[in-house]
Amino acid sequence: MAVPQDLQYTKSHEWVRVESGVATVGITEHAQDELGDVVFVELPEQGATLAAGDSFGAVESVKAVSDLYAPVGGEVVEVNGMLEDSPEKINEDPYGEGWILKLRISDEADLLSAADYERLLEGES
Amino acid sequence: MLDNLIRTKGRADRRGYTLPKNDVGETNLEKVVPKEALRKEKPHLAEVDEPTVVRHYTNLSRQNWGIDTNFYPLGSCTMKHNPRANEVAANTPGFAGLHPLQPEAQAQGALQVMHELQGFLSEVSGLPAVSLQPLAGAQGELTSILMVKKFFEDNGDDGRTTVLVPSTAHGTNPATATMADFKAREIGLDEHGCVDVEELKELVDETTAALMITNPNTCGVFERNIKEISEILHEAGAFLYMDGANMNANLGRMRPAEAGVDVMHFNLHKTFSTPHGGGGPGCGAIACSETLAPFRPDPAVEKEGELYTFVRPDSSIGRVAGFHGNFGQMLRAWNYIKMHGPDLRDVTDMAVLNANYVRARLGGTYQIPYDELCKHEVVVQPPPGMKALNIAKGLIDHGYHPPTIYFPLVVKEAMLIEPTETESKETLDDFVGALLELAESRPEDLEEAPTHAPTRRLDEARAARQLKARW
Repeated sequence: MAVPQDLQYTKSHEWVRVESGVATVGITEHAQDELGDVVFVELPEQGATLAAGDSFGAVESVKAVSDLYAPVGGEVVEVNGMLEDSPEKINEDPYGEGWILKLRISDEADLLSAADYERLLEGES
Repeated sequence: MLDNLIRTKGRADRRGYTLPKNDVGETNLEKVVPKEALRKEKPHLAEVDEPTVVRHYTNLSRQNWGIDTNFYPLGSCTMKHNPRANEVAANTPGFAGLHPLQPEAQAQGALQVMHELQGFLSEVSGLPAVSLQPLAGAQGELTSILMVKKFFEDNGDDGRTTVLVPSTAHGTNPATATMADFKAREIGLDEHGCVDVEELKELVDETTAALMITNPNTCGVFERNIKEISEILHEAGAFLYMDGANMNANLGRMRPAEAGVDVMHFNLHKTFSTPHGGGGPGCGAIACSETLAPFRPDPAVEKEGELYTFVRPDSSIGRVAGFHGNFGQMLRAWNYIKMHGPDLRDVTDMAVLNANYVRARLGGTYQIPYDELCKHEVVVQPPPGMKALNIAKGLIDHGYHPPTIYFPLVVKEAMLIEPTETESKETLDDFVGALLELAESRPEDLEEAPTHAPTRRLDEARAARQLKARW
């Protein structure tokens, strides 16, 4: 399972893309594969403020409901409204159309590099 | 399926009944029913003859899959046989014909049954006070946690904001905490799959209201440190709540009060053999300590002299059910306990034996994540490369209801098997045989299962994404 090299990761299987102070957040290919078919995504309100590590929503699949955690702290500037009607985008394109939210970063946190995340996955299997 | 509804059968104006000639005067409906309460269009009712009605529902009932048709090892649900003697008791005309508004004086027998059942549950739990009011397990949980909340409110302690929940908990536990306006906080496990006592020590403080523990937990493992856990909580002024879903592993063997439990719920429809789930309403009775007793729901049954009477506990959280709860379930559970008498603990011994038999026979082929003596249920994982979902669907072709899968969440590809005490060795051998045969299948051959059921594999994801709750 290829891990995109240009992203950063969390131990709880979120990915982060930082561009000019805004972090785009989603869940990884591995996470969507473990969850199975996603049927519902609970998203935070736009404008909400999150601290790094806060639970900001949940992904519900046919197997289970899993909390989502903010990889960095900041204000929610955008959520992916498309997931409301098409939660399957998380399965189909987790690093692209399946993105979940964008945060204006106010609080950096330690994130895993792609190499660190690959090692984490090897340890789990 | 939807083209097979009764409304699609028959013909306009067909009737399956003949009413006697009307001998009272006709009244215009608009004169007796307020206009806003009148329907604007006629109801779309089935217009069919009696044989069509009988065949329609008989054929539907033959598609039912339940404990009366097949072995049903659904983990954490205790799908045991519902003894027919319970039904004899419940159908006694004096009970079956009781009206919920019957005056107490005319319902003394029913009140006596409730009072005695309160006593039985008190004896089983070691906790002095009982409420039979909650209508289901999750409502018993909520009732218990609302009682804890009101205790703190009445004592002016408004800093209790958190309820701790182990990662093996039933999903209803964190949901209960949230519904009661607490913050649910997860607590991890030790190497046995039990609550991590060291983590607990770090997490418990003056904001902790309670810990919700399930014992044995959903891995089927007994929480051996429960006494120490209760002491840690009590020292911080918090309560220990026990989810009693797994009480079938404890009857006559472990009294929760002696382990420090302050409040718990029972599922009469699991442990005490009353009909379950779609088969009928449930009962999530609770038991609690003297400290929490004044907060029980209204009403409880007490005996004053020779008379039984409904009373409202002093600081009651109020009503949680209409009338007096699901009395039919109380009666069946009373009957079940009376039938066993002091031998009630045999239920638990046999349930634990059956689960361990399944564990021992599956081990070596299936993976057993916590491979030690289990209680009434066992969690297993399919052989490497196979999926729990496909094994479960394959079991349908073998004539079994699948066990619980993908729960507990802490075990990947979990299959939670609870055989219960009412199954014979022959049934268990056949079931294990089916599981062992499925384990030998090529994984891709199971992708299509079930192939012999009335419906093939259902698209669960689509059903959840495009929910249609009515037609």
